[in-house]
Amino acid sequence: MSVKRDAMGLSFAVGLYGSAFGAAAVANHFSVAQACFLSLVLFSGASQFAVVGVIGAGGSALNAIGTGGLLGIRNALYSLRLKSILQLRGLKRVVGSQLTIDESTGIALAQENKSNSITGFWYTGIGVYFWWNLFTLIGALGAQSIGNPSQWGLDSAVPAAFLALVWPRLKDRNSWVLAAAATALSLILTPIFPAGLPIISCALLALIFGWRV
Amino acid sequence: MTQTWFAVIGSSLLCYGLKFLGTVVPHSWLEKPRFTRVNNLIPVALLTALVAVNVFATKTKLQVDQRVIGIATAIALLYLKRSFLTVVVGSALISALAYKYLF
Repeated sequence: MSVKRDAMGLSFAVGLYGSAFGAAAVANHFSVAQACFLSLVLFSGASQFAVVGVIGAGGSALNAIGTGGLLGIRNALYSLRLKSILQLRGLKRVVGSQLTIDESTGIALAQENKSNSITGFWYTGIGVYFWWNLFTLIGALGAQSIGNPSQWGLDSAVPAAFLALVWPRLKDRNSWVLAAAATALSLILTPIFPAGLPIISCALLALIFGWRV
Repeated sequence: MTQTWFAVIGSSLLCYGLKFLGTVVPHSWLEKPRFTRVNNLIPVALLTALVAVNVFATKTKLQVDQRVIGIATAIALLYLKRSFLTVVVGSALISALAYKYLF
């Protein structure tokens, strides 16, 4: 069945990024255990990178939680959208919630019938979870064994990862203007606010840009 | 408990809670057009802010170093439609070279 093949291929490709996350986390002074904890329990790429990015920039824990949480709101919308398809109960609901991410939702919603949607969701969710966690560990251990992160370009790997994550979302004029505004605001606030606050402040821009129209 | 562990555990529980929340609340709560629109824009705002701060800031100081060359490489690779890993690894490689020879 091609949905299984698609799901497994996508899972491995996405899981590989886990190595970039593991390395980025350790380069920002997270321990291997902390990097793995985020992949096991948080399990949502953008939020994980955000937690590492905010703490790495010197932000407070509350700031990191707030920024990661704001990026996690979309997962609530995913599980809401999937609710009528998956109809999860009991333990399946507990596990299925954890596996509700960009990729599993994308595959599930791309199917033409309900049974393929369900298959696609579980194969992708479990597949990404497995590879993402394995590669997080490999990336974190790899980064731990090297010295100065700058020498290996790891200080650039983190912003490059954020840019690659946001790039597909820059589809229209409105999103480019918002991106420019967020860049400007975060840099203007950097010398004024405590570290980390300039980032989460930019959520206000999303509110302003999304409110009108 | 260190600040980092607090951030790790707190954000993990919050993000799991958000995933679970979607299976509990009725559709009408979250599927408001304005809420959906704002929510679609949050990643754009936060991720670009994270790019900017991680490239130009060192704690609360702004600074230009090898990371600018790294992000320029990433932009070029994204224009060329390269994969996520190529972008990240390419950017790290050029940044490492810049760190070694320029800064």
